[in-house]
Amino acid sequence: MSETHAYDAIVIGGGHNGLTNAAYLAQAGQRVLVLEQRHLVGGAAITEELRPGFSFTTFSYALSLLRPEIIQELDLVRFGFMPLFMRSHFAPMDNGDYFLTGPDAAVNRAEIARHSKADVDGMDRFLHDTARVKQFIRPLFDNIPPNLFSDDPADTERMAWLVKHLGTADKKLLHDTVRLLTGSISDFVDDYLESDIIKATICSAACVGIKLGPMSPGSGINWLYLSMGEHDGFMGEWSFHKGGNGGFTQVLARAATAYGAEIRLDSHVSSLITEGGEVRGVVLDDGTEFRAPVVVSSLDPRRTFLQIADPRELPADLVDTIQRFRFQGVTSKVNFALDGIPYYPALGDRTDQYGGFINVAPSVEYMERAYDAAKYGWYSEHPYIDASIQSFIDPDMAPPGKHVMSCYVMYTPYKLKDSTWDAQAENMADRVQATMQRFFPNFNDLVLQREIVTPETIESKTGLSEGNIYAGEFFPHQMYFFRPAPGYSDYRTPIRGYYQCGSGTHPGGCVIGAPGRFASQQVLADAKR
Amino acid sequence: MLKQTPFHPRLAELSQSQAWGNWAGYLSAMRYDLSTKHEYFGVRNGAGFFDTSPLHKYWIRGRDAEKFLSYAFARDIRTLKPGRAQYTIWCDDSGYVMEDGVIFRYSSDEFLLTAAEPNLGYLRQLARPFDVEVVDCSEDYASLALQGPRSRVILEALTPDISELRYFGFAETKIADTPVTVSRTGFSGDLGYELLIPASDALRVFDAIMDAGRPHGLRPYGDEALGMTRIEAGLPLIGVEFSSSRYAFTADERFTPDELGLGWLLKGIDDPTRPFIGRDAIIRERMEGTSRWRTVGITVSWQDYYNLFTSHGLLAEPDEIPVAWDTMIYNDKDKRIGYATSFMYSPVLQRHVGIARLKPKYAEPGTEVFIEQTVNHEYINVRATVTTLPFYNPERKTA
Ligand SMILES: Cc1cc2nc3c(=O)[nH]c(=O)nc-3n(C[C@H](O)[C@H](O)[C@H](O)COP(=O)(O)OP(=O)(O)OC[C@H]3O[C@@H](n4cnc5c(N)ncnc54)[C@H](O)[C@@H]3O)c2cc1C
Repeated sequence: MSETHAYDAIVIGGGHNGLTNAAYLAQAGQRVLVLEQRHLVGGAAITEELRPGFSFTTFSYALSLLRPEIIQELDLVRFGFMPLFMRSHFAPMDNGDYFLTGPDAAVNRAEIARHSKADVDGMDRFLHDTARVKQFIRPLFDNIPPNLFSDDPADTERMAWLVKHLGTADKKLLHDTVRLLTGSISDFVDDYLESDIIKATICSAACVGIKLGPMSPGSGINWLYLSMGEHDGFMGEWSFHKGGNGGFTQVLARAATAYGAEIRLDSHVSSLITEGGEVRGVVLDDGTEFRAPVVVSSLDPRRTFLQIADPRELPADLVDTIQRFRFQGVTSKVNFALDGIPYYPALGDRTDQYGGFINVAPSVEYMERAYDAAKYGWYSEHPYIDASIQSFIDPDMAPPGKHVMSCYVMYTPYKLKDSTWDAQAENMADRVQATMQRFFPNFNDLVLQREIVTPETIESKTGLSEGNIYAGEFFPHQMYFFRPAPGYSDYRTPIRGYYQCGSGTHPGGCVIGAPGRFASQQVLADAKR
Repeated sequence: MLKQTPFHPRLAELSQSQAWGNWAGYLSAMRYDLSTKHEYFGVRNGAGFFDTSPLHKYWIRGRDAEKFLSYAFARDIRTLKPGRAQYTIWCDDSGYVMEDGVIFRYSSDEFLLTAAEPNLGYLRQLARPFDVEVVDCSEDYASLALQGPRSRVILEALTPDISELRYFGFAETKIADTPVTVSRTGFSGDLGYELLIPASDALRVFDAIMDAGRPHGLRPYGDEALGMTRIEAGLPLIGVEFSSSRYAFTADERFTPDELGLGWLLKGIDDPTRPFIGRDAIIRERMEGTSRWRTVGITVSWQDYYNLFTSHGLLAEPDEIPVAWDTMIYNDKDKRIGYATSFMYSPVLQRHVGIARLKPKYAEPGTEVFIEQTVNHEYINVRATVTTLPFYNPERKTA
């Protein structure tokens, strides 16, 4: 190739994975261009000041599974990385009581005992058994999955490693793992616990983002996945980021830029330029062309393979699998600007319950019923809400004394039966607000403003197809070496020089960064060949 | 019975854990919260306050005050202008560090020294030939460190006089109608201030600060969180990184300024017009290259630390509370080359960091060394990397 390029690599999409990828490539000395369609980077991880002084985390709101090595390798603290660990987990109950845990194990035991004495050691056993499963699964997050259908020696090596690793499990560990990978979370939890609110608190984490209820087989894997967060070295630990998740993607953008990457905003990529099965660059909507021997798409699999690439240039089996790849988003958000702090009668003037997630999921059945609606194309009458008042621990998020509350809402299916989100958004938000009012009697009086984000908003603003927050459902057949399709899980694509680094590759979704990092490793490895 | 600082009645109300330690004979909080980590983040993210009242405080006044201090202290006090403060050390005749402190210059002949250890007898003895008086005023004042990115806005709400304070500058002002000294100093490695408050009015000022700080997430922090922030800031602590040479029994317990990474304090040591205690020995050490140690940072990657445990079937669970003892460091041939004096898991950096003393030839940043950990009831070494200090240094600290 004698052609000279202005760039060594072009990254499509400036979400956190695109930025991570760009930062690694630039750090390795490549000339990198990031093309982002919107006027700001961050994708599904942005913070917007929708009202003076009030910072809304429009979409994602918590740092979940961000891999610690990314913080270290990209030296993110230098660029302002500042995690804010959650200190509490609060679950209000229908009868006015609550389940509230905090940073001290002994205090938590007393709180568990208030609901069930048997659950004190039940919880310890549950935590121990699941910690073993997490420890067993973790290396899968740290390594590129083997491509089962490749004869590349690197893949053979990866496969050998995987087989060996699986062989290290004892009977119970393997059995627990498979139960979680295939079964329902409520079934698993029933073996350990009896208090419904404690079970609901655990099960709620399994219901985030997927079109399944806690009693559905398949919810276990989502629970397991979401508890692989490792902030502060503790498995299952989640945190906020200073300034919201948008604060985090700004850190990434600063890092990528400092390493030499260029970020171009308001640049919607319409298609790839290819030549003889090799990528040559991309074209924007307005016809502008950018050329590079490497193009990395951070978009979801549907966009990466069916829109940006020309499906006619791809193998039929890949096109077929991607067409059948399930998105079916079920998530909405309703974000509130509040005039003060919500009041929970049973806790009186206490506010320390707001240091982390506020989990409106008063029973396992409540969540399962909330899910029922989605099966039939409607949104829950009584939604499951994962709320947080980040301004409570980050004074920069709202003016003194005021607050922002993010409400993550399940279940609100992308496709409504005989209606549209335009018609239903306000009503859905009313249900969310009514639910909050039911638990926090001063809630309505506090509301200064609300922002409604439906699955359609998610799709139209970020490009995540059908508003699926993970860029593709977390089904076993859509994960690990099946993400996004069997034989195409190694961040490469059949078009030479075209790579994928979005949440639709292992181990995405969530704010995790690993897809961006792994894809950069593949790009750099191929560049050496 | 341990004594209580002037702030104690309020602090006791704020303490969820009632975990008190003993600092210089005073009840001093180890932590207020149930979890040290959240206290630490209070400082890094909003603002925190730490009760420093047990510090020893001395007025040093008189016509010869500058001359005396330029002799007693290793850092040149003559460069210190009124309204400014200086971190300083004092050495013995052999050039070993005795102790450290912060000295404030109120006027040409009036200084205030704050120090962790008692020094009244020593300074008075030393001051005999000079026209200078050394007065212990430790109990006259309560002192409070207010640290973190929000510390400035909180104080600005109480007194406009601090807005323009530069790093290590101080102002005499009023808070809640009480005369106080506010300096832009601290031990957290972040934007921060310290207040010197007449003990009798301490609670009134404290309440005003609490009121001003409430909307900004102001919260107290104790000794453990203090330790975390100061390690990230790369600041040595007496009793941890070193102890006073005057109470040492062996040479291994004594360190020179260069060995402690404090050589930067000795700017102008060549100036023959300023003889000070230890000067000749330090010049000799430098000429002959006899420093035994260098003080460096070390980091352990989280992956390496994690693997150390999982390779033994265990789950790695870091503890951010600084380790209270030395941790041995080896080279790749298993030869001991030094030790970490401080070691902890840094929640913001999300890896272990430490302050270490290494043989000079291993002290270059980037050098690979091995630090000893106890895993599965065995001593096992994990790879670490030598770095410069500090680990955490936001622009706002000095901006
Ligand atoms: C409502 C909601 C809540 C969530 N909550 C959490 C949470 O609390 N914690 C968590 O960890 N995860 C959460 N997630 C998931 C997480 O935010 C996403 O998985 C993650 O941010 C996706 O990152 P990404 O870089 O892979 O993709 P994206 O963030 O989607 O980035 C893709 C980028 O590409 C741009 N783009 C799209 N098409 C084009 C084009 N043709 N040309 C140029 N640019 C284009 C988009 O504008 C976007 O910036 C949530 C997601 C949503 C939607």
